[in-house]
Amino acid sequence: MALSTERLGLFNPDKPMENRLTDLGPRHFWQYFPPVIQNNYGKWDYHEILEPGILVHVAETGDKVFTVRCGGCRFMTVEHVREICDIADKHCDGYVRFTTRNNIEFMVDSQDKMEALKKDLESRKHVSGSYKFPIGGTGAGVTNIVHTQGYIHCHTPATDASSMVKAVLDELFDYFQGMTLPAQVRVSMACCLNMCGAVHCSDIALLGYHRKPPIIDNEVLDKVCEIPLVIAACPTAAISPTKTEDGKKSVKIKEERCMFCGNCYTMCMAVPLTDKEGDCVTIMAGGKVSNRISAPKFSKVVVPALPNNFPRYPEVCQTVKKIIEAYAADANKYERIGDWAERIGWERFFEKCDLPFTEHLIDDYRLQYDTYRTTSLFKFTDAAWEVSKAVGGIK
Amino acid sequence: MAFEPKEEQKELKYEELRIYSDEELNNYTDEELKNFKIKHDIPMCDELESGPWPSFVADAKREALHRRKLADGRMMIEREVVEDMLGQLEVSFEHGETHWKHGGIVGVFGYGGGVIGRYSDLQDQFPSIAHFHTMRVNQPASKFYTSDYLRSLCDLWEYRGSGLMNMHGSTGDIIFLGTFTEQLEPIFYELGHVMQQDLGGSGSNLRTPSCCIGKARCEWSCIDTQAMCYELTHFYQDELHRPAFPYKFKFKFDGCPNCCVASIARADMSYIGTWRDNIRIDQEALQAYIGGEILPNAGAHKGKDWGKFDINKEVINLCPTRCMGMEDGKLMIDDKECTRCMHCINVMPRALKPGMDTGFTILFGAKAPILEGAQMSTLTIPFMQSEPPYDNLKENVIEPLWDWWMEEGKNRERLGELIQRQGIQKLLEILGIPPMPQMVKEPRSNPYIFWKAEDVPGGFERSIDDYRTRHAR
Repeated sequence: MALSTERLGLFNPDKPMENRLTDLGPRHFWQYFPPVIQNNYGKWDYHEILEPGILVHVAETGDKVFTVRCGGCRFMTVEHVREICDIADKHCDGYVRFTTRNNIEFMVDSQDKMEALKKDLESRKHVSGSYKFPIGGTGAGVTNIVHTQGYIHCHTPATDASSMVKAVLDELFDYFQGMTLPAQVRVSMACCLNMCGAVHCSDIALLGYHRKPPIIDNEVLDKVCEIPLVIAACPTAAISPTKTEDGKKSVKIKEERCMFCGNCYTMCMAVPLTDKEGDCVTIMAGGKVSNRISAPKFSKVVVPALPNNFPRYPEVCQTVKKIIEAYAADANKYERIGDWAERIGWERFFEKCDLPFTEHLIDDYRLQYDTYRTTSLFKFTDAAWEVSKAVGGIK
Repeated sequence: MAFEPKEEQKELKYEELRIYSDEELNNYTDEELKNFKIKHDIPMCDELESGPWPSFVADAKREALHRRKLADGRMMIEREVVEDMLGQLEVSFEHGETHWKHGGIVGVFGYGGGVIGRYSDLQDQFPSIAHFHTMRVNQPASKFYTSDYLRSLCDLWEYRGSGLMNMHGSTGDIIFLGTFTEQLEPIFYELGHVMQQDLGGSGSNLRTPSCCIGKARCEWSCIDTQAMCYELTHFYQDELHRPAFPYKFKFKFDGCPNCCVASIARADMSYIGTWRDNIRIDQEALQAYIGGEILPNAGAHKGKDWGKFDINKEVINLCPTRCMGMEDGKLMIDDKECTRCMHCINVMPRALKPGMDTGFTILFGAKAPILEGAQMSTLTIPFMQSEPPYDNLKENVIEPLWDWWMEEGKNRERLGELIQRQGIQKLLEILGIPPMPQMVKEPRSNPYIFWKAEDVPGGFERSIDDYRTRHAR
């Protein structure tokens, strides 16, 4: 049966439940595995990264599969997907795979086919010059940045996602195509605290953040929102009921209690937070999800706010690069950014990364005590001397 | 070993399914694309075309041009949808604010998820994106595809939607970005009837489960991640499509503790493959690593000269439990002290492999910060073996857990928050499992134990009169 070209296709709006198919679930994975994958399922013996972006997996049967990994924009058009299909048809018998981090993987079963595939991929560029299929994203480098929707589709963002990822990856491109770092660096981006991308355990996380309390649309609030739900949505109890001068039911906000999470706006469209001057980019660092050597860790806030300088965010790009360069120069082999920061001490991290330590970086939300340092073990840095000077302890 | 689908899979051939002809698909040249200007002035978006990383703006422009050149009646929504999307993006950069309205309840009959309503708040300026609804299409486990499938999906989506998509959304679905309300049912119908393909989850239900590449192309996977992901997704279709939960619920399946799908950070129920016997050692290959014949870490550090491989410095002394050492030129591992962190295996994949007696660990409760702060999953079931259709897992773990959360969970309370609110003790009671020291980093440092009457000899019932017989007021 072909795809229909009728305006409403097979759907009959007069009888919407007729012949309805539901709960089919996803299609089965096995049919999408190329023969070399089907034949060697569960029999893989080892793998090797031949060069950045190119892997070979060797099976106990002696079979090999060569994988060429390319960066992809998570946002792509059908035209781009069709080009991916052309490449898959030309080199890979029509098979292709995507990774969790939005990379595209083309697989072939011989070295010769891999070389031809690689050459083809490298030659493809957009008319304005950028690569369509940059090869890389393996080993001790920076792989693709996972991200959220931003201004392309979301109603709550504090910044845009696709543009920031493009700008940062242009800056980090050599790290994507190289394997020169002490370990892998996972950069992730979320355009608000909802973190659709769950960036909270990344080596470097870029997070859009609002900094102004909601403005209240008293005209409609009572009509479009459930006031008790709006009040209950606030984790700091900053929202309370009120009446406007003309007697309309609404809410008021205790501004000093607001930490700008935006949960009230998720529940109620009449309390928007977004603001050109207020919205900013927060940088977090030192998280990871792997259990390798040390336990998974949350990322920590290391830069409280950088400006949303559209469309290329130079301050964000420079800060990310600065952190990665300091890490590359100082960390031991196999050490992730978080492991490195813990070994040298966070005071040394700020010094080496040349990042100012501001009061915003000291936790004052719940469980803040868990982050206080309750020992006399510390290192002397300029930030420490400033404290000593401030109390007249040294000159 | 081949895996069988639950239902016979219709073979999808693009030649039979296609909407567009080759001529329509190749309807513009690079030269035209170079000279192409969209209807809006977008200087900031244009700046995103330079630089080496793939430009999403350049990509969007080709779709815009492609749509310009398709004949009337060959697209069911507005031709200029991509141009208007870029136009609105430019205005959003200027204003530093999004221009998508809050919410919008749309969907397909009988489902409470899978479609996200979206409307522009600049509809006069950008009428083609007045509606810009998203649909989530449930991806096949670990995201392998054939071009026949993807091309068919592209034709369907270009014909009935914007032609813009995400490969893939954060949860794992293929995302269709932007169509009008009228086309939601037709798209769902075509997906189901022609492509035997369903939507994924959104809202307060089971979200589309996802998994790592598993045994398909990884020597470390301890479980059949795709099979588990497929079976549980199919078995729990009702939970996926019809919101009955307090909030979202995610399953993610990692084949080993390297956690490539980040289950421990993102899933309410994280499955991590592991083993309970010994790491397999090939002493000969080990010597090849020591001798420098095989590069460590599968060559992941090739880009920089880190010096000669030193097994003491790079493996033995980095082992978090110090459970290994060289004896008479052989690597010895005290496996009962190993916590299976994968480091030694990652560094020497040809010499060391996970054990053969495999299963999975279950951890509960990860989530992003909204609302009470981010959480990682808590280790609860140390080791479990389960075979399709995974009845012991469904009956002993998943369903009692859901029953508890649906009964006790507050509106928009994730499982991890409920566990915090009611305590791990409650979770143990629900699952009928004993406590183990592995559930905590360390025992509590306060003695504020909530003793129950039955824990204490004689219970709580006491008489003040009796007390007074011994103690004057």
